[in-house]
Amino acid sequence: MLNRRHFIGTGIVAGTLLTAPSVWGQAKPKVVVIGGGAGGATAARYLAKDSGGAIEVTLVEANPIYTTCFFSNLYLGGFRDFESLQHNYDKLAGGGVTVINDTATGVDAAARTVTLAAGQVLPYDRLVLSPGIDFRDGSVPGWSLEQHAEIMPHAYKAGPQTQLLKKMVEEMPEGSVFAMIAPPNPYRCPPGPYERISMVAHVLKQKNPTAKILVADPKDKFSKQALFEEGWQKHYPGMVEWIGSEFGGGNVEVRPEAMEVVIDGEVTKVACCNVIPGQMAGKIAAIAGVTDDKGWAPVDPFSMKSKADPNIWVLGDASAQGDMPKSGFSANSQAKVAAMMIRGELTGSKTFPARYSNTCWSLLDTDDGVKIGASYEPTEEKIASVESFVSQTGEDAALRKATYEESLGWYAGITADMFG
Amino acid sequence: MNCRLALVALCLVLGPVPGTAEQIGDAEQGATIFASQCKACHQIGEGAKNRVGPQLNRIFGRRAGSVPEFNYSKSMERMGSDGLTWTLTTLDAYIANPKALVSGTRMNYRGLPDPAERAALLAFLREWSDRPQDIPESEPTALKTDPDLSPEILAIKGDPDYGEYLASECQTCHQADGSDQGIPSITGWPAEDFVVAMHAYKQKLRPHPVMQMMAGRLNEEEIAALAAYFATLE
Repeated sequence: MLNRRHFIGTGIVAGTLLTAPSVWGQAKPKVVVIGGGAGGATAARYLAKDSGGAIEVTLVEANPIYTTCFFSNLYLGGFRDFESLQHNYDKLAGGGVTVINDTATGVDAAARTVTLAAGQVLPYDRLVLSPGIDFRDGSVPGWSLEQHAEIMPHAYKAGPQTQLLKKMVEEMPEGSVFAMIAPPNPYRCPPGPYERISMVAHVLKQKNPTAKILVADPKDKFSKQALFEEGWQKHYPGMVEWIGSEFGGGNVEVRPEAMEVVIDGEVTKVACCNVIPGQMAGKIAAIAGVTDDKGWAPVDPFSMKSKADPNIWVLGDASAQGDMPKSGFSANSQAKVAAMMIRGELTGSKTFPARYSNTCWSLLDTDDGVKIGASYEPTEEKIASVESFVSQTGEDAALRKATYEESLGWYAGITADMFG
Repeated sequence: MNCRLALVALCLVLGPVPGTAEQIGDAEQGATIFASQCKACHQIGEGAKNRVGPQLNRIFGRRAGSVPEFNYSKSMERMGSDGLTWTLTTLDAYIANPKALVSGTRMNYRGLPDPAERAALLAFLREWSDRPQDIPESEPTALKTDPDLSPEILAIKGDPDYGEYLASECQTCHQADGSDQGIPSITGWPAEDFVVAMHAYKQKLRPHPVMQMMAGRLNEEEIAALAAYFATLE
């Protein structure tokens, strides 16, 4: 028998609710967010801010001071200092988010609890995973994260690795070779490796102008390629050699002990080597059981909710959502959709059709900025790109300078949006 | 109780999955059309090579007449140097009637008159071009919802919560506190100026590509809601 109350309840279940949250009882509903980057910090901030305290939000992030991966190339190029990439969680904590500096090591999906490295167990009604990436060991023959990251840094999670790479570039002997092993698709920040090449070239041009840059790439095309190639030709003529898959760029071995790189059988002695390995979702996503056989976490395009568990959301790089690139901007955009949808489920607040967008700026040289962008809409199958744009080759210096200045404005904007 | 009723009502108005972009076409049907209409001359997919016609991998976003080592007609080469690039729109016109776009094309094909069949074929071809996840600037993979016609959006006009949600998209770049380094402040902007500026972006009179895209996906009510929201922010 259905009474009226029961009927309304099941109606809601059919629409949005899968697990009755504690809001229907007395306690406040609980959301645990794992990962304090562009996805997680934004989600935590918006959940706390927009629910006005109706939801208990806990953010779990290993680092008390967060270093943004976006703009870390500008630090490599000497355009920003390291501290300018660093942010604390004080304002988030002041805004009602409980911030715990620890690493999540376990998720019990049935009991709806997260276990932290220190042993603490956090119950949740909804769990948001925004762990970023982890590296696939074995994706670059000869290199392993544990043994070789100090010799051939990846610098693809910002922090000490970024500082190490900068130091190595600056200490390269005159006329020596910098090599990059570029990553296979999909990876974090599609233009990132090539902006990095531009920034390394900018440093070498001043300090070590006879040095060479070698890029071994398993791909035959990359984002903003025409813009980067034009920029390298213009600012750093003769310095950068890009070897795409067509010319054996994917047939690579590194020898960290000998500081050698073997590209399609040809051995090159290098002074500095940046190995950017193949990637997958940060490992807590696999621990939570929400990843697929490719190592990413499929999500519902309309909400960013995991397809594997109705109480878990996955944001940013770790998610497999369709057409959006893995970027800080994307993660921030997805987090706002997720926060709105989670509030809808837990407090009955209104939900609206998901809106997603992304823009990525890259710096080629001083005051020479370019960008790409797109807007996205959900379909049953995926988040689909519906419109896109890219800076044009041959743009004048004033426009390029304005684009760079705009990117500075964006950095200030998104970090304020994430951290308060 | 009010809250629950509101939620039920909203579910009825919006349905479970509002705001869905339309697919280009039925890619499976497109594969069948390709096999019967195109395959005799064109290859696509892994290891595709030039035959009577050029290979069609990565055709979206490519300049006309630019596949290496393919011997194009003068007419096709000229269209390429004039700036013809293959997009959903240009390919659709070309497949409908090749000579409408390239008078002297060597593609000896009468054209595919049915728009749904062309859409299906384009959806299939798109699968073999760059993936936006890897090359974000590559051609779209679905059709944009017209914000002026979307019933889901029109149903929520004048809702302040909706204005606040929309504004969160602006605030990735435009800081709420009114800083204007590199990106102008829109906080405390008179509503009238806001509306006029957004319409100028929507009509692409103002040149900025990000803003053209952002404004292009907003309808009049949404622009008004945002203008009201930012005008009152302090």
